[in-house]
Amino acid sequence: MGAEAILVFFIAGIVLVGGGALASKLLSPKSTNKDKWEPYESGMKTIGPTWVQFKVGYFLIAILFLIFDVETIFLVPWAVVMKKVGLVGFVEIVIFIVILGLGLLYAYKKGAFKWE
Amino acid sequence: MYDFTGMIQGINNWLHSVMPDMAATVVGWVLIGAIYLAIFAVLGLVLVLAERKIAAFFQLRLGPNRIGPWGIFQTVADAIKLLLKEPVGTKRADSFLYNLAPYFVIIGALMSISVLPFAKGLQAFDIDIGLFFMLAMSSIGVMGILLGGWASNNKYALLGAMRSGAQMISYELSVGLSLLTVILMAGSLQMSEIVEAQRDYWFIFKGHIPAVIAFMIFTIAGTAETNRTPFDLTEAESELGAGFHTEYSGLKFAFFFLSEFVNMFIISAIAATVFLGGWMPLHFGGLEGFNHVMDYIPPVIWFLGKVAFMIFLLMWFRWTFPRLRIDQLMKLEWKYLLPLNLMNILLMAFVVLMGWYLGS
Repeated sequence: MGAEAILVFFIAGIVLVGGGALASKLLSPKSTNKDKWEPYESGMKTIGPTWVQFKVGYFLIAILFLIFDVETIFLVPWAVVMKKVGLVGFVEIVIFIVILGLGLLYAYKKGAFKWE
Repeated sequence: MYDFTGMIQGINNWLHSVMPDMAATVVGWVLIGAIYLAIFAVLGLVLVLAERKIAAFFQLRLGPNRIGPWGIFQTVADAIKLLLKEPVGTKRADSFLYNLAPYFVIIGALMSISVLPFAKGLQAFDIDIGLFFMLAMSSIGVMGILLGGWASNNKYALLGAMRSGAQMISYELSVGLSLLTVILMAGSLQMSEIVEAQRDYWFIFKGHIPAVIAFMIFTIAGTAETNRTPFDLTEAESELGAGFHTEYSGLKFAFFFLSEFVNMFIISAIAATVFLGGWMPLHFGGLEGFNHVMDYIPPVIWFLGKVAFMIFLLMWFRWTFPRLRIDQLMKLEWKYLLPLNLMNILLMAFVVLMGWYLGS
């Protein structure tokens, strides 16, 4: 199969989840009372809003991830043609990785990975 | 010896001979979609049972043993029960995003299996950037988890989703970088070519030291990627209820559960394909008789056997290691695995450059 496989599998996923949700809607019993649809918190009433400002550490990790993920994307084409580009490509990638390693070291020294 | 290309081509030709071209194409698509949905469902059922049986084995229990011989119909019964359950959610949820989340996890998992080579020719989608496509698709799942946890408007769910987001994106780096060592050796991203390159030696033998390091990093990161026990902060039953899917019930919960097990299969299948030779039989250079006997075992058996081995390993981890704290989790990834991985790539590039690998 060619690229149409993406479409086929996309539709298959929608059929599975949508069909399942529909079947469950038709087959399942329904009964309701006022407390049933409260958020589950081990029996306690929830206090205050849930959607509040969150710890900044998660955001930092996401930013760092972005940097290193883009780096991975840069490394992939090099890895595919490594045997052809040979020594020159190897030296260039060493320089590239050393620069990134310095970046990682900087983030480490700045305490980006401290979690408290 | 076992080449399925002809068989698939034959079925395709037969379809085109009995009906107009357009209809035959559509019927072919529907067939492939149906087969993969069946594989998906059967995988879920078998893996849940295997998980419970292996857990029982490690704890000297019997595990499920009531429904059918050795309890083999236990998960079927569970699935029917989940289908018939009353869906209970929360009225505070953002209902559009809440209902959208299961689609993300299921479609991500389904697209990832589409590029897996089960045997020569038994592959739905042999795209030339297969491994890359697979990594991209398997990381869609984290969006479903984040969406589901956030939209639930539940504190447990939000905490679980945030932890999960941070954990999965961090360990995705290690998964991607450890696969780079294999790409260096194979010189291709196409799944069928990666398997073909392992005809004489599987990559874990061919690349010796750097490949073994990459395999270990991949196994650790893969366990984290599937949110399994040493890294199951996402769900952490004892602290967070059920984590990101606390507010999901009935079949919607079943979809998260199913995708979790299928993701475990996907990680195992990637490891089996790129490190353990995919459907290639075990060969040793020079041992003609041995190689010939190994060739008789069908490739699908080889592939599924390797995947089963990897899955057993992941289940074994679950009953061996205690759960990590989130600061330890981040430390492990960013301070140890990532620098080790970068050095390992350079080592592997050097080995390939000098031709110091087996069968060069």
